[in-house]
Amino acid sequence: MPFEPVIGLEVHAQLATVSKIFCGCGTRFGAEPNSQVCPVCLGLPGTLPVLNKKAVEFAVRMGLAVHCRIKEKSIFARKNYFYPDLPKGYQISQYEEPLCEDGWVGIPDGNGGVRKIRIHRIHLEEDAGKSVHDEVYVGENESLVDVNRCGTPLIEIVSEPDMHSPQEAYEYLTKLRQMVRWLGVCDGNMEEGSLRCDANISLRPAGTEGLGVKTELKNMNTFRGVEKALAFEIARQTRILESGGKVVQQTLLWDEAADEARPMRSKEEAHDYRYFPDPDLPPLVVDAAWQAEIAASLPELPDARAGRWRSAYDLPDYDIRVLNEDRGVSDYTDALLPLVPDPKKAANWVMGEVLRFLNERKADIRDFSVPPEALAEVIRLIDAGEISTSSGKKVFEEMLGSGISPRAAVEKLGLSQVSDAGALESLVDRVIAENSPEVQKYLDGKHQVFGFLMGRVMQVSKGKANPAIATETMKRKLEGMK
Amino acid sequence: MTVPYHRFRKQLEDGESTCETTVVSFLAQIRAHESLNAFVTVLEDRALEKAREIDRKLAQGGAGSLAGMVVAVKDLFAMKHVRTTCGSRILERYHSPYDSAVVGRLEEEDAIVIGKTNMDEFGMGSSSENSAYGPVLNPRDPGRTPGGSSGGSAAAVAAGLAMTAIGSDTGGSVRQPAALTGVVGLRPTYGRISRYGLIAFASSLDTVGIFSSDVTDCAILLQALAGRDPRDATSSLLPVPDYAEALRSSVRGLTFGLPREYYGEGLSPEVGEAIHAVVSLIRESGGEIREISLPLTDYGIATYYLICTAEASSNLARYDGVKFGLRIDPEGDLRRMIEETRHEGFGSEVKRRIMLGTYVLSAGYYDAYYLKAQRVRTLIRRDFENAFRECDVLIGPTSPTTAFRLGEKSEDPMAMYLSDIYTVTAPLAGLPAISIPAGLDSRGLPIGLQLTGRAFQEENLLRAGYWIEQVRIRQTGCCQPA
Ligand SMILES: [Zn+2]
Repeated sequence: MPFEPVIGLEVHAQLATVSKIFCGCGTRFGAEPNSQVCPVCLGLPGTLPVLNKKAVEFAVRMGLAVHCRIKEKSIFARKNYFYPDLPKGYQISQYEEPLCEDGWVGIPDGNGGVRKIRIHRIHLEEDAGKSVHDEVYVGENESLVDVNRCGTPLIEIVSEPDMHSPQEAYEYLTKLRQMVRWLGVCDGNMEEGSLRCDANISLRPAGTEGLGVKTELKNMNTFRGVEKALAFEIARQTRILESGGKVVQQTLLWDEAADEARPMRSKEEAHDYRYFPDPDLPPLVVDAAWQAEIAASLPELPDARAGRWRSAYDLPDYDIRVLNEDRGVSDYTDALLPLVPDPKKAANWVMGEVLRFLNERKADIRDFSVPPEALAEVIRLIDAGEISTSSGKKVFEEMLGSGISPRAAVEKLGLSQVSDAGALESLVDRVIAENSPEVQKYLDGKHQVFGFLMGRVMQVSKGKANPAIATETMKRKLEGMK
Repeated sequence: MTVPYHRFRKQLEDGESTCETTVVSFLAQIRAHESLNAFVTVLEDRALEKAREIDRKLAQGGAGSLAGMVVAVKDLFAMKHVRTTCGSRILERYHSPYDSAVVGRLEEEDAIVIGKTNMDEFGMGSSSENSAYGPVLNPRDPGRTPGGSSGGSAAAVAAGLAMTAIGSDTGGSVRQPAALTGVVGLRPTYGRISRYGLIAFASSLDTVGIFSSDVTDCAILLQALAGRDPRDATSSLLPVPDYAEALRSSVRGLTFGLPREYYGEGLSPEVGEAIHAVVSLIRESGGEIREISLPLTDYGIATYYLICTAEASSNLARYDGVKFGLRIDPEGDLRRMIEETRHEGFGSEVKRRIMLGTYVLSAGYYDAYYLKAQRVRTLIRRDFENAFRECDVLIGPTSPTTAFRLGEKSEDPMAMYLSDIYTVTAPLAGLPAISIPAGLDSRGLPIGLQLTGRAFQEENLLRAGYWIEQVRIRQTGCCQPA
């Protein structure tokens, strides 16, 4: 019997606010342990949390961008459990009344269309600290606690169980990462832990509607890790069900190195978190005016931009996907497109030269030294035949290095193309005079040597001869000699 | 009992006294009354230094509104570089790295903190017997308790060891000891004074409270402490009125409500008679008295203990031996470290309440206990709203009996809880209430009269309290018991 996987994801995204969610401490990654702390995030007796409005704004941005309903009134709750990296003995989160509910994102359905993955809720919470065991400064039988991360704002994005393959989960995660980065609310870096993902997965007979017993997968630290862990778990559950067994509801930890998921000890997962509303924080109110203000500040979103590009510029879907992945690249392209008569040419330049440069240098397009206007000028010079395409690339590189204008780069490199008919005629005459054996072959009807002769023209002109005019001239001269 | 602060301030300004000599004599009084066990820590050097500094300020001008006020602070307010124990073994050697809002305000206004007072551990108790530092004795009768949990603060004012004192009131912890020691005790509206640095017992009920020898001092201290604090999200934005103004206006026009439920079973006849005597005085003086009903009074104790234990179980989770305070580290096992630390560090009443609260919030019991208690809390609030349509101030006893003997109720938690019957409902509704001395019983023990007002109308309480105080002075020749 074929089985269909049913997958839901819980994604935690660290919000890129300057300060923590309930105190004024900084949120920089990789700082000296316990250097970004204060009495509040240390949970010292008598301290109280005060909500950072920026964190709320970021969460609402994400909520609006993925079509959620923003709750005018939401409630912070305490999630109670003991752990050394949890200074207060509880985590402030949202439970019964989250900030955002009922949204969706679109992922490619594999047939050129879009499939909606529903988002159940997005809520705000604080991050915990880190227990440190395996650093050089930790002694044997010792555990140290780094509280720096404590109180870093998080949003938890909970999907509905709408995904049916590891690939779909991968696409969904990719979409979420694109969105958080696009909105500037999270850097989306899974390796540094600013984006984290847990998965719920169950199997059911294909074509049925019920839900099987699910397991929870944790500790996946890369996008590929999520995909691999899900594939592993689908195979494991399939084996169990096919042999007539029953899946046990449990939490499994993905071990990237061993390529397998192992059950968590049951002691670690048997938690009653005793959630209750946090009496230290009044209900969070996001009134219509504030919501409208945040909505008005949202940038054009990737899907809307893709639609606009499709209709205004008729770009291929593949190009749109590549160019829209990153907000900076997309904004750059969006500024470039109206300046270039052929949109496809503009797209090719960004996908080719621009992205290659950024990848090679691991650079951000916001620090890019060639503005869209300058790149448009390079493309225009090529179109007008003033420089060749290959010269254009040299000009582009020169501009990247020295930051000078396209004209100045052309002059500096001496790449101005020879289009003057008289100048070209004497060049062609010289090549004919210097290569009489090949010219004779052409006159004998062996037209394939034409390419060789044109190559000589380009060589002699140091690449500056306008190829179209030079070809026309060479043809006319040789035919005249017949 | 020494002179009230407002008279001492005149002496200071007239050059008849200095802060330094006054502090010296208070320190001598404290030593003479060491057996009362009112203080956990006496800040001798610090208070003397501060006194000299304020004497200089008084000479030069620019002294604050509390200049020279000798004040005792309950040992659950964080005070920088000073031991802050909360009456618990678990914080025996804990020194706070920051000042609570209250201590900060007191010192900004040039009050002199003379010491930290003894209390029921974490504010849990009604007799000040639940302290790791031994019980506090009632200065009126050393065989009896001063009430609790702020018993040390009440005893300090009653015995003349401080002019005023700061306590905290969760379910009566200021008003009940004020009644039992014969001083004035105010619980302001929830949100009127910042809780920042008040070490939490039950966050939705905890308020800063004021002890003084008369109503005028109470008004002066409230004026200095009330107001918005950005570090406490539950502190109110409402402007602070001029409380001295309230003392100048007459009680004419105020309607007093007499809750019929406050005069039933359990009320000592002598206490009832004393309250009725005051009620008669008010009526004779043209004040309006109306009998009203608070039908849910009987549910107050149960509701209060469900909510306060639930919140306490979470608030006290941070005492785990990881970052501060006591750590019992049996054999490097984390779980055992937390268990042993809490086992050794907390007293039995604290453990009882943590267990009750943990139970109340547990899966399967939450709806039946915590949620139901919250619903009743809403109904109790409505009860008061209805009552305040008919009157401005409620008048009744603070405690059903006068001071009880040491050990009398400490083995019977239920009897102890029931002594809070008149004080727990105002906190559930967030309302302000004040206890005013109203005579002595046949043993010469003080009787307290409680006035409860509308939210943020402390001025009505001060006005009525001041008037009662004046009438009693005229009638008995003294506002205080012998
Ligand atoms: Zn902090």
